[in-house]
Amino acid sequence: MILFDGVWFSYTPGRHVLQDISVEISPGEVVALMGENGAGKTTLVKHINGLLKPSQGTVFIDGVDTRTTSTAALARKVGFVFQNADHQLFADTLEGEVAFALRNLGFPNDEIDERVTRYLEKFDLTRYKERSPFLLSGGERKRLALASVLCVEPEVLILDEPTQAQDAIQKLKLAQLIDSFRGSGSIVFLVTHDVEFAVQVVDRLLLISQGRLLADGSPRQILGNHDLLRRARLLPPQITQLAHKLADRLPSFPRDIITLKEAVTATSRLLAKR
Amino acid sequence: MLDDVTLSFPQGGFIGLVGPSGCGKTTLARCLNGLIPHFYPGKMTGEVIINEWNTSEHAAHELAQKVGLVFQNPENQLVAPNVEREIAFGPENLGVPRQEIRRRVEDLIQSIRLEEIRDKAPFELSGGEQQRVAIAATLALEPEILVLDEPTSNLDPLSAYEVLQLLHRLNRENKLTIILIEHRLELVAPLAQELVVLDEGCVIAKGPTREVLMDEKVAEVGVAIPKVVQLVKQLNHPRLQAACPLSVDSAVKAILEEVER
Repeated sequence: MILFDGVWFSYTPGRHVLQDISVEISPGEVVALMGENGAGKTTLVKHINGLLKPSQGTVFIDGVDTRTTSTAALARKVGFVFQNADHQLFADTLEGEVAFALRNLGFPNDEIDERVTRYLEKFDLTRYKERSPFLLSGGERKRLALASVLCVEPEVLILDEPTQAQDAIQKLKLAQLIDSFRGSGSIVFLVTHDVEFAVQVVDRLLLISQGRLLADGSPRQILGNHDLLRRARLLPPQITQLAHKLADRLPSFPRDIITLKEAVTATSRLLAKR
Repeated sequence: MLDDVTLSFPQGGFIGLVGPSGCGKTTLARCLNGLIPHFYPGKMTGEVIINEWNTSEHAAHELAQKVGLVFQNPENQLVAPNVEREIAFGPENLGVPRQEIRRRVEDLIQSIRLEEIRDKAPFELSGGEQQRVAIAATLALEPEILVLDEPTSNLDPLSAYEVLQLLHRLNRENKLTIILIEHRLELVAPLAQELVVLDEGCVIAKGPTREVLMDEKVAEVGVAIPKVVQLVKQLNHPRLQAACPLSVDSAVKAILEEVER
């Protein structure tokens, strides 16, 4: 479980990047943290693996105060994929990259081999396994960073902009993988601007703006609220924008649509009436 | 990485370059401003001609005045101690007069909304802010062609929308040719006149945006077709499909017209 209790943080005195954040996340929850550029999203998630410690307030991971433990100890529980994959890739080969954390955490060799193979496969990277990570494309490097963290199968997964530079097929695979982590009781914490992806995979959306928690609820509750979204510089999914504009003209059209399937049903019904 | 690509980009056009992850989009972008063949090792055959210049016969710094490239990862192109100096860096290196540099910097700070961060160092900026600065710094060279490699990947949706509106304006008013690599097709589709689709280094589709988006093989390789286009495709309604709206507004308009018939 993750618990933020009245957390404040500033890099330089007097400039609060996080202000009074309190939130609780339970095992098996998939949460997206969304908000404008510079809102404090990355700063917030860096508190979960202890890279940053609160200036005021407390962060508990499974009941342990992050101030009383080390980032190394937290790394067993918390996997972190950075926004910029280049900040974490360093090995000579893709295989070496994925094996690194497993080896550090003392996994047996046959287990390491099995996971390296499995996770390279899941991210469509098997054909490059003996290459240097730096010969990969931007999207492939991002997937390698994901593979090298997910292979540890941590209790808490933090993914900073995981869909960056990914096409529709890769996003679908990632969505399925996140589902399987949810199924095994992990917490998945996404930092993302990708509203369409969030609608597809998350149970809960946290909206942050200028360091403050603005909203906490289901995607349907939050993505239909234009005022809230505008404050966090988000746009509703295209389908929701369409539903709102149609409902403004045709009051019988459902407003709270967020998926393509719902839109197809509602629009077919509308057109069939004629 | 690229396999027998033959393409021409019309002057003053707005072209979207799309395709699955790893298909060769970035490689193609690097060919446009001469980073390939001058900087990256590898083997290139064939020719790239930019406004009558063959890229293999002109140095990268010459080509930089014709073709501005905004990198996928903004950190790889930010070098100066603060935002203002970053924007001035390119023109300073090309010996542009001081007054003119000052004008360009001020114009760009205005139009790209950088006022609040003008004195900050690149490492103090969020990912999205860095991306806006990288675009400003490239525009400061006043290139004829602007190539952008996923310029909105770190931006919040409203900032992404604003960046694309800015590109649209530069294309319309300044006749700047825009070649845009972007996965968020819902943002690109209403603006781009043409799309080029790459898969495994080959061009598999090109043409007017509407036609390319309706082409089944484009969806099959993993190009994220905008939700409004998917909606129209699934509705099984010939008149709406023929209209093929590319934006929310045009979809709303087309659906209302059908309802009111």
